[in-house]
Amino acid sequence: MSGWEALDQFLQTDPQDVGCDRAMEILDIYVDAVIRQGTDTTERRYPGVAAHLRACGPCGEDYAGLLAAIS
Amino acid sequence: MSLAGSTAAGVSRRGPLDAESREWLRCLAGTGCDAPSAAEREHALARLHQLLLRAAHAELRRRSHPVRVEGRERDDLAHQAADDALLAITGKLDRFRGDSRFTTWAYKFVIFEVSAKLGRHYWRNPPVQVDGDAWERIPDRFGADPAQHAESRELAGALRRAVTEALSERQRRVFVAIIVDEIPLDALAAELGSTRNAIYKTMFDARRKIRAHLVAHGYLHDEEPRKS
Repeated sequence: MSGWEALDQFLQTDPQDVGCDRAMEILDIYVDAVIRQGTDTTERRYPGVAAHLRACGPCGEDYAGLLAAIS
Repeated sequence: MSLAGSTAAGVSRRGPLDAESREWLRCLAGTGCDAPSAAEREHALARLHQLLLRAAHAELRRRSHPVRVEGRERDDLAHQAADDALLAITGKLDRFRGDSRFTTWAYKFVIFEVSAKLGRHYWRNPPVQVDGDAWERIPDRFGADPAQHAESRELAGALRRAVTEALSERQRRVFVAIIVDEIPLDALAAELGSTRNAIYKTMFDARRKIRAHLVAHGYLHDEEPRKS
């Protein structure tokens, strides 16, 4: 991937992105769903949260941390 | 709503709980015939604290970048995170609706505490700023081939112009802090007395405006990522 492509990817925004507050509000529900139903099914069920976790570094860290804590 | 008063009514609004979650709730907040003995409640609080402390330690070990905390400092942060999480959990038991397992819900609090504490901790020992113009390191950050000097200069120059011309003062400040100066978002939120959500929203809007500027000036295509 070239520098321009990486920059473009970073600048792309997903209109479904629900933002930090909403994503963190249901993070426990999302993580339990990932454990029970798998990542793909959970992402389809909560597309706005999935979009946010892909784009937001700190919330992505919290997601990874919670997943690790219960695994 | 008080804890004791909320519990019976709160449980009735909850969906069906798994056995473990039900037992946690009974021991921490049961009332009436479900009320735990004082010893049971103390034991449950101690057990929950132990779980939270272990999770805090693990999370602090897992997050070694950009703030690496070790030794006594890590122990202190882990204890603070576990203590504060336990306080938050016992204060919000009436908000647990049973949509997740109780332990997942509880661990969420300690993960958030670790994030917040690391954000504030960053300023106790911030990384030394490297000499030179930080904008010159931007192409590296986006993986530009160092051998392609012309492309790197063009990318850095175009992005810098977009930041200067397209963003509001607040957006520019936040974007430069996070992308150019590499300050972690939670640390910036702590420094500005803001929230993660507010900073993220500012960055979200900034990204859209910068992209529109780069599209308008022919650096990026309208929809698809630029091909090399």
